[in-house]
Amino acid sequence: MELALQSLPALLQASLVTVGLAAASMAAGLVIGLLSALIRIARIPVLSHLMRAYVSIIRGTPLLVQIYLVYYGPPQFGWHLEPVPSAIVALSLNVGAYLSESFRGAIESVSKGQMEAAYTLGMTYWTAMRRIIVPQSLRTALPTVGNTYIGLLKDTSLVSVITVTELLRQSNVIIARTWKPLTIYMTAAVLYWFMSTMFSFVQERVERRVSRHV
Amino acid sequence: MSEPVVQVTNLRKRFGPHEVLRGINLRVAQGEVVVIMGPSGSGKSTLLRCMTFLEVPDEGTICIDGRTVTAGPLTKERMAKVREIRRHTGFVFQSFNLFPHMTALENVMEGPVTVLRVPKPEARRRAEELLGKVGLTEHMHKHPSRLSGGQQQRVAIARALAMSPSVILFDEPTSALDPELVGEVLQVMRALAREGMTMVVVTHEMGFAREVADRVIMMDAGAIVEEGPAADIFTNPKEERTRRFLSRMGRHGLP
Repeated sequence: MELALQSLPALLQASLVTVGLAAASMAAGLVIGLLSALIRIARIPVLSHLMRAYVSIIRGTPLLVQIYLVYYGPPQFGWHLEPVPSAIVALSLNVGAYLSESFRGAIESVSKGQMEAAYTLGMTYWTAMRRIIVPQSLRTALPTVGNTYIGLLKDTSLVSVITVTELLRQSNVIIARTWKPLTIYMTAAVLYWFMSTMFSFVQERVERRVSRHV
Repeated sequence: MSEPVVQVTNLRKRFGPHEVLRGINLRVAQGEVVVIMGPSGSGKSTLLRCMTFLEVPDEGTICIDGRTVTAGPLTKERMAKVREIRRHTGFVFQSFNLFPHMTALENVMEGPVTVLRVPKPEARRRAEELLGKVGLTEHMHKHPSRLSGGQQQRVAIARALAMSPSVILFDEPTSALDPELVGEVLQVMRALAREGMTMVVVTHEMGFAREVADRVIMMDAGAIVEEGPAADIFTNPKEERTRRFLSRMGRHGLP
């Protein structure tokens, strides 16, 4: 117990890195996911095929492999990316693919009459998407997006393998010094649980507010 | 006679092997109220939807308020013309299709602000006025989910009016409503007709047709079977098919 408390400041600080990684990757992933969903739904030539391939590749390969590829791959061409940026790139690309699927489903679930009503007002396809379809689909996608974020929060632990000092790597560092894996890993687990639960709580409240009118 | 507001020439549409519209010709004069009736599957809804290219017609010409589009593939130029026509043509759907993420007021403001680039304060003033006109002043800050079907349809009519259309097309505007809510919508439409709005209405409401329509059109199997003043069509139909349809509908307009 004493050790857990002693290591808490370091672990809490590492938790901030974890949250930061998750937040940054989620922000980028949301943009990637929405854009790629729109590209696929609008059937933009070439690009839509690229996006389908992207989603398929990401969803069909382990995140750990993707992280290794992003970090260790480019140096083979003499191009080196720091651990933290590599981590954010890998996590964003990963979460973007899953969000792309969520957004696509949500956009397609908006009733056909909504697009027609927008058209009869004289809107273009993209104006209708921006003003009418996407705002509604974001509300529909919200629960899935929230779950994706919680998944991502935990997946950040994988970037410990490329020397990003987030919560799990910090735990390992402390264990290497103290030889108390049970205590430290348990503390880390509690911190992950706490972060996820806090977010779930926020998510529930936001969902209740936003989904009132859909 | 002045130029008609709506002129549809030889409009044809097929879904696969099924010919839904077989060369429809339709002229609607300024301020005229035309009611289209006919059995389901006769093509009346498709006719309205083709007029605003919600369905793309295979053949024919549509001219609304001097703007002409011919049927054909949706090239950029044609789409621009179609949008131009849509901006001047109101459309009221059977299922209202209000935007659920916006209040009644925002629904009515959306077209003017986003499409016509009317400044917001001005659009808001006009939207409030229109919602007042359809009797929804005290509901204007509610979302559609909190309005009854009749109220939603009246918001939809206000939304169409906000674009200051040359004509409003009504696609079975009361068919999705509980019987006790039909009256309030028809009342709004009656008032519009009195004010001289040009309207094309697909409906089964015989009472409304008899009272408000300047002309009734009977459609069957993708063609216009008979047309004329409401009184003539209802009391003295010339065509057997019209007679059969009217007797099936009964005197009160219920199918």
